[in-house]
Parts: sequence; structure tokens; C-alpha cells
Amino acid sequence: MTEYRIEVRVTPRRGILDPQGNAVAGALGTLGFRGVREVHVGRLIVFHMDAESEGEAKERGEAMCRQLLANPVTEDFSVQVAAAPGSAR
Amino acid sequence: MKIGVVTFPGSNCDYDCFKAVQEQMEAEAVYLWHREHDLQGVDAVFLPGGFSYGDYLRAGAIAAQSPIMREVAAFAREGGPVAGICNGFQILCEAELLPGALMRNRSLKFRSRQVHLRVERDDLPFTSGYTAGQVLRVPIAHGEGCYFADEATLARVEGEGLVAFRYSTPDGTINAEANPNGAARNIAGIVNERGNVLGMMPHPERAVDALLGSTDGLGLFRSLAAHLARA
Repeated sequence: MTEYRIEVRVTPRRGILDPQGNAVAGALGTLGFRGVREVHVGRLIVFHMDAESEGEAKERGEAMCRQLLANPVTEDFSVQVAAAPGSAR
Repeated sequence: MKIGVVTFPGSNCDYDCFKAVQEQMEAEAVYLWHREHDLQGVDAVFLPGGFSYGDYLRAGAIAAQSPIMREVAAFAREGGPVAGICNGFQILCEAELLPGALMRNRSLKFRSRQVHLRVERDDLPFTSGYTAGQVLRVPIAHGEGCYFADEATLARVEGEGLVAFRYSTPDGTINAEANPNGAARNIAGIVNERGNVLGMMPHPERAVDALLGSTDGLGLFRSLAAHLARA
């Protein structure tokens, strides 16, 4: 067993209206930041998990996304797996 | 007649719903705690409004995975009447008992006010006391009530007549002006194919007494009572 650090990124599905992203884009423009486009606000979910392999950790992370962490109707997700700092490899 | 009102941590319309059931349906009302596995033999279930689990992750997402929801899903699959109001609608979508999802209001603002609803279906356990085309005045109070589904799902929802209520003008016109949250096709409430699971953002339990500003929500509770009495 190895301890992995999992990062799940959940973002609004591309092409779906993202009023939160639009509001942030507007505020950045007001502050004078020029050339900002395609602003989207999502979530980052980080946790540690024991698994036999990196592949298994990723698979379980993706299963979590399908069942709970992301809404398949409105969101996309990606799962990144890395050995947890200090874990035996 | 026994009606269950589910309470999640963060539910805040459960008592309103309980009281509407008791007084308007003249039924026995029981609270069902989110951790329970037993529906106590109820004849119908209400999922009330509120902010279950603090709306953490997504509105309704964690509640949809709670122990009681497994029982509610099984009850719904057997044809038992289930109505989700506001947060309850979000939970039903998250539990995949209804198609689509409720997203952040387009305005990004929490909307709390009276709206008009056009009744689209009057043949449901919850709406038989209304007439299709009738316009109701019922309050909304939500920040995430923008109904969304992809085009294929919307086509199916429309094709199968799953829309129960739409936001409308007082005279029943469906337009953008009457839409408080940006919902697709002005959808305020939908049912499943079988018609026994209803989700709606507006709060009929807050429109059951003239003192509350409207009695147009009464029909929903009385329709369900009549349906259960017939069954």
C-alpha cells in the first residue's frame, strides 16, 4: 500500500453559462486587468488515500467524482495522483 | 394517511411543510431523520427546503447520498409519491430521481419573492386540484434554482410532458421577464416519467394561508390528499 495525494479539479462544463466566472471576469476588468477572457470558477478537492497503485488511486478518485464530487450534468472533472510527501514507495 | 417530511441537518422548511400536511391534508405527519433507514410506513414523502449539509460541495449533493434517501429512492421506484421543494428539488436531481440540475441563478442573486407559476400538468398526484393553464402565486427563495439540462434531455422533458410548472407572467405568458433565475424553458417544476416524483423550486407550503399572502399552494397538498384517499 502506498499513500497517495489526490487532487480533484471540478470545473463548470465548457459551453455552459458560468455566471460566477462572468462576474469575476467583470470585476477583474474593473480593477484594470486587461485581456482577461474565459474565466471559470471551480473547486479543488484534495485528500490522501492508500492504494495499491497510482492507477488504482486514479480509478477510485474518478469513481468518487462520478458518484459525488462532480455533477455529471453541469461539471467536468480531472483527477491528479501523486505519491504523498513522505510516503514509502 | 401518513406523510413523511425528511429533515436533513440544515433543512429549514421542514416545519412549514409538516404543518401544511397536518392542517391542509388532515393527515398524520411524521419527521424522518436523514440518518434513518425506515420510512415508517408513510404514504408519501416531502423533501423540504433549506440548506441541507450547508449546501457544501453542491446544493443537495450530500443529502442525496444520506441513508434516508436510499429508502426514498426505493419508495419512489415503487411508485410512491415524493415531492421535493426547493432544496428538495435539488436533492432529487442530485439523487438522479429527476433529470437535469439546478445551477446558480443567472443573476447570482438570492431571489426571495412571490412569483407566478403556470400549471402545465393537472393529472399528477400533486396537481389534480389545479387546472392546466391556471396561474398560481407562490413564493420562491433560492440562490440556486436555475434549471439546466442538455438539449437532448430538455427535448425529452418537453416531449414527454414532464414540466409541471413554469414561471409565467400573471396572465400565464411564458417569457424571460417572468423567469426569476434563468431556468431553461422557464421550468419551475418537473416530474419523472411515471409522474410520482415532483421537484419544484417554489414553496407551496408558504402559500397555504391568506396571512402568508397567498393560498395558491393549498391545491398541491389537497391534490395529494385526494390522490391518497382514492388509492
